[in-house]
Amino acid sequence: MSDPTTEITGTPTPQPAPAPVPPKPAAPVAKAPAKPAGKTRRFFLMALLGSWMAAGFTTLTAALVGMTLGTVRFLFPNVLTEPPSRVKVGFPDQFEDGKVVERFKDQNIWVVRRSGVIYALSTTCTHLGCTPNWLEREEKFKCPCHGSGFKMTGVNFEGPAPRPLERWAIGVGEDGQLVVDKSKKFQEERGEWTNPESFVKV
Amino acid sequence: MSVGDFIRNSQVWKSVFRHPAPRDRRNRVVVMLTNVFLHLHPVSVRKSGIALSYTWCMGGITFFLFLVETVTGVLLMFYYRPTLEHAYMDILKLRDVATLGILRELHRWGAHAMVITIWLHMYRVFLTGSYKPPREFNWGVGVILLVLTLLLSFTGYLLPWDQLAIWAITVGSNMGRASPFLGHEGPGASLLNIGGTALIHPGGDARFLLLGDKVVSGETLLRFYVLHCVAIPLAVALLIAVHFWRIRKDGGISGAL
Repeated sequence: MSDPTTEITGTPTPQPAPAPVPPKPAAPVAKAPAKPAGKTRRFFLMALLGSWMAAGFTTLTAALVGMTLGTVRFLFPNVLTEPPSRVKVGFPDQFEDGKVVERFKDQNIWVVRRSGVIYALSTTCTHLGCTPNWLEREEKFKCPCHGSGFKMTGVNFEGPAPRPLERWAIGVGEDGQLVVDKSKKFQEERGEWTNPESFVKV
Repeated sequence: MSVGDFIRNSQVWKSVFRHPAPRDRRNRVVVMLTNVFLHLHPVSVRKSGIALSYTWCMGGITFFLFLVETVTGVLLMFYYRPTLEHAYMDILKLRDVATLGILRELHRWGAHAMVITIWLHMYRVFLTGSYKPPREFNWGVGVILLVLTLLLSFTGYLLPWDQLAIWAITVGSNMGRASPFLGHEGPGASLLNIGGTALIHPGGDARFLLLGDKVVSGETLLRFYVLHCVAIPLAVALLIAVHFWRIRKDGGISGAL
């Protein structure tokens, strides 16, 4: 057994005494993985489908997994009855400067006209989703749940809210009326309030 | 033959009670073992194990409150309809019109009490080291029962459909938005997308599954009603049976230290 190694290396070293020991196990180890790989694959298939019993249990397991996934999917409704996401809110000159219009609050919209622009704020508090109240005298939105406060711009300044109120997309429709589109939102902390879709100049 | 003997010798009596009265030790054991409810309990209990100063009877009180909640809850279901149109008015009706509508307050206060006693029970089990082997499995069952009890409280909270209920559930379920991978605002959720199409979005995440809608709505009311009245109580009843049976199997109530 020590002969092949000396032949391959071909070095005429006079004392290769410790060398012969490792090659002996090396040869069978190198050979061994080749067979079990195929064997494992076959074993896996046999375990799944090799007998009526195995095939039966495989089918049962597949059916149970399918039923579980189907049950979860069943709980996700496909149709929701929601009001339309685009809301007409009126002509731009109907809005007074420095006023918050609360007429559309039940549709999750405050329309605000302030220093030459009109924008639509979402009425959802950015803390945990309650609806703040507009306090005219104190000029702030105040959330009754945990006390978050937002300025007229929507920027948070007190309480636990981590970020400003979101703004909806707003634009002028064909008939000249303002249209708020709740399918698009603009977040101040992402620098999106400079987007021309998020306000209308008057 | 006395009346008592006549009854005890009748076929009806004998078909129900298949053993003599539990007057001696053997029959006491047999009666325990042949009754579906009693056999969940140990046949005998150490005197120290039932000492009030040791167990506080907190598990027993919690179970008693569960029974109170079940009975009063079933009665309330005869008056309450889980729809936007009726829910709130039915609660007012219970308060103002129904005779003994105070059952609703009993249900509510019982729920508060159950949450308190289940925590105290857990506290006692922890202090006496009763969570240690061989009782570690039953500790696990108990933790699940604790979570289910809290979920019963959470789902029941929405049913009056007043402002407090709606906003409390809005706040509570909004935390679901932020759950990792499963909430659409949670960490990792943005990673779950196929070619830019998000798999987790406001209309398809853990919170949506819970609410049945994007906001707390009529769908949510129905969902919470079913969870509160059927799904969770069934799971709790099943686990309570396992919990009691395992006390016996794990060697009875742990001994005083």
